[in-house]
Amino acid sequence: MDLIAETISHRFDALDVLDGVSFTAGAGEVVAIVGPSGCGKSTLLAILGGLLQPSTGQALLRGAPPAGSLNPLTFVFQDFALLPWASVADNVALPLLHTSLSAQQRAAAVDDALRRTGLVDFRMAYPKQLSGGMRQRVGIARALVVRPAMLLMDEPLSALDSQTRELLMEDFVDLLADGAMGAVYVTHNLEEAVRLADRIVVLSRRPGRIRKVVTVPATRRARGDQAMRAQLLDLQNELWALIRTEAIDAEREVQHA
Amino acid sequence: MLDRTPNDAHRSVGDAETKPVRFRGGGFTPVASRWAGLLALAAALGLWQLIGSLALVNSLFLPTPLGIVSALIRLAESGALWQHVSASLLRILSGWALGTASGIVVGFAIGLWRIARSIGITFVSALFPIPKIAVLPLLILWLGIGEQPKIATIALGVFFSTTISVYSGVDAVPRNLIRMAQSFDVPFPTIVRKVIWPGALPSILAGFRITASVALMLVVSAEMIGAETGIGTFVLQAGNLMQTDQLMAGILVLSLFGLAVGRLISLLEARLLHWR
Repeated sequence: MDLIAETISHRFDALDVLDGVSFTAGAGEVVAIVGPSGCGKSTLLAILGGLLQPSTGQALLRGAPPAGSLNPLTFVFQDFALLPWASVADNVALPLLHTSLSAQQRAAAVDDALRRTGLVDFRMAYPKQLSGGMRQRVGIARALVVRPAMLLMDEPLSALDSQTRELLMEDFVDLLADGAMGAVYVTHNLEEAVRLADRIVVLSRRPGRIRKVVTVPATRRARGDQAMRAQLLDLQNELWALIRTEAIDAEREVQHA
Repeated sequence: MLDRTPNDAHRSVGDAETKPVRFRGGGFTPVASRWAGLLALAAALGLWQLIGSLALVNSLFLPTPLGIVSALIRLAESGALWQHVSASLLRILSGWALGTASGIVVGFAIGLWRIARSIGITFVSALFPIPKIAVLPLLILWLGIGEQPKIATIALGVFFSTTISVYSGVDAVPRNLIRMAQSFDVPFPTIVRKVIWPGALPSILAGFRITASVALMLVVSAEMIGAETGIGTFVLQAGNLMQTDQLMAGILVLSLFGLAVGRLISLLEARLLHWR
């Protein structure tokens, strides 16, 4: 199933945030969206996931969802958005409550999602008892439990320390390895974008327009090889060169706001 | 440099005298001592008893703690205590339940729906500040002489406080959680049940503490105005007859009732809000 951004523009009152953004994230493809602060990355993701109505343009789905998918698009949030009063298992089960699955099927789906994210031993724990990395794993398990066609990830690692970020990036590589599920991955972090994405959409400063779409060479698994490191670093530098000037302007704008 | 041992690092600072860095991170965390509180209470009661025993103050104006306890025991043995307490309890429970149930419904409506909010907040803001006991004569006119106006007065007092605590609680539920649930296509009733209700519960339970006190104040006031039984009636009659030991016994019962309700709500919080 493909997810299409069709000439999406958006304004908040007098503020133009996005201007005519179009791209397609194909089935099983990981598309990263990068750009300077305030360029509308998260707004674009909210529009793609149906959480925000665009001023013009639209988000479209093309094709059938994968077999067994209960929800084609699910979010992984920057702040985890876990219910503090619910256990890990209950948090993961939330997207299944209104589905036609039997209690047994629901339990099996939750078990599967917990197993895929290494949370089996924490099913009865509460969010306050977990580290930031484990909380985000719960957020990922909750997104996976409905077998989505496309994960919409809004800076999923930005609230985590660098070691946890590295570990979760490895997990993302594993989760996305079979190509059964695609992702739109919004991030500030160019290293994450280069490690995880098949293509990187670079947005300009507000109002966000597509400046460039970069295809990342090699498979995600191969990108861990020493030989690829230099090439990926070059790509990262190239992306930074594209963004740097506008990032400085954006930062000054935020400081003066 | 990398090969140096930690001791080398110490040596590198030279021969100057060293002294430990003074601890400055004590913060400000006052923790109540349970025993200190009980001791202070015992000391105050002891002093009070001593003042009475030494006849420094006329017992008519200030009965001793032991005198109050013995008055309470006499009341309990005669059956009068239970008669008054049960009458008050019935009024409190009926009025509190009625006010709480309606307050929760209206509070959720105000918290969840725009039209209810527009209308509800206007009415709540206009009517909440009115002392509810002032409405009792009107309620007697409307509902007749009997239990109804007293229960209605308590219910009104409880209703407004509950409404405010409920819609404040709904407002305080983090919006990112509601958005998260919507992003998973969770239907609105399930969002209310699984996200908004538990999220608003801390505020609702905090409201219960306030409404329990409101109910207690209103039942005493209402019984003083027009009732034949009840703790308020009893306290008023004892005052009129200058039976200050019995008057204080009545006040003690009210205090114990308040403590019991507070404890009950604490237990409820410990059970329902264990996730905090």
